[in-house]
Amino acid sequence: MGLTADLHALAGGALIGLAAAIALVGNGWIAGVSGIVGRAFVPGGRAFRVPFLIGLIGTGVIAAWIAPSAFGAPVRGLPMLAVAGLLVGVGTSVANGCTSGHGICGLARFSMRSVVATVAFMATGAATVFIVRHML
Amino acid sequence: MLLIFSLLAGIIFGAGLTLSDMVNPARVLNFLDVAGHWDPTLIFVMAGGLAVTTLGYRWIFRRSAPVADDRFHLPTGRKIDLPLVGGSALFGVGWGLAGICPGPAFADLATLEPKVLLFVAAMLVGMVAAYVLRGRVYAAKALRQS
Repeated sequence: MGLTADLHALAGGALIGLAAAIALVGNGWIAGVSGIVGRAFVPGGRAFRVPFLIGLIGTGVIAAWIAPSAFGAPVRGLPMLAVAGLLVGVGTSVANGCTSGHGICGLARFSMRSVVATVAFMATGAATVFIVRHML
Repeated sequence: MLLIFSLLAGIIFGAGLTLSDMVNPARVLNFLDVAGHWDPTLIFVMAGGLAVTTLGYRWIFRRSAPVADDRFHLPTGRKIDLPLVGGSALFGVGWGLAGICPGPAFADLATLEPKVLLFVAAMLVGMVAAYVLRGRVYAAKALRQS
């Protein structure tokens, strides 16, 4: 299980990298999901981003059909998820990036901003899990 | 062409998230649980993603422009400022609470799980709120300078 999961993670990561390369070589885009969502939905944004999201959700639909157990359900209650969603939305918008935009694409461009962002969200993410799991 | 590359990138991105188990919030939370039952698996997602992206970008940037557009659209900011650090810190707290970041949130929509729908709705509200707020801040700055 451990080795299989690691290999799946490595191959999955490579696919994410391939998607990032396709977005750049094709459209000149950084494949950051928060940025793509923001530009797709905010006024003045471009509708070209919508197919990316359709593809992302569509793959999810196919995966959920083939292997329904692949998606673990959210482990938190509704109020905590609402707060979490708000924080993720505000935070990624203000910081101009999330795990994909800063954590993969930005680091691959050796962007100092992305290094700082990735360290920051990894640190507060780990601190939050520590507090919720081990202190509350 | 723009639409086709956009769709293709989304499909492959989704496949990567699903195969790597990033779509599983429990796995993500165990990855962030450094002091508990730490599950290092997701390091391999970053390793695979960074290896391919770094090499791919090096090769792509030899071109003067992408295939379907006349120029690359890259972030130009260099400043390490409060919005970058504070925003990322807030994002991390949300990520640590739910175990869901924006990419997996959209892939997880496929399950039609009410909790995921609520998370994505809240995330969109947060993004729009930040956008409106930033517009106000910029407008106020412009007013002061005029």
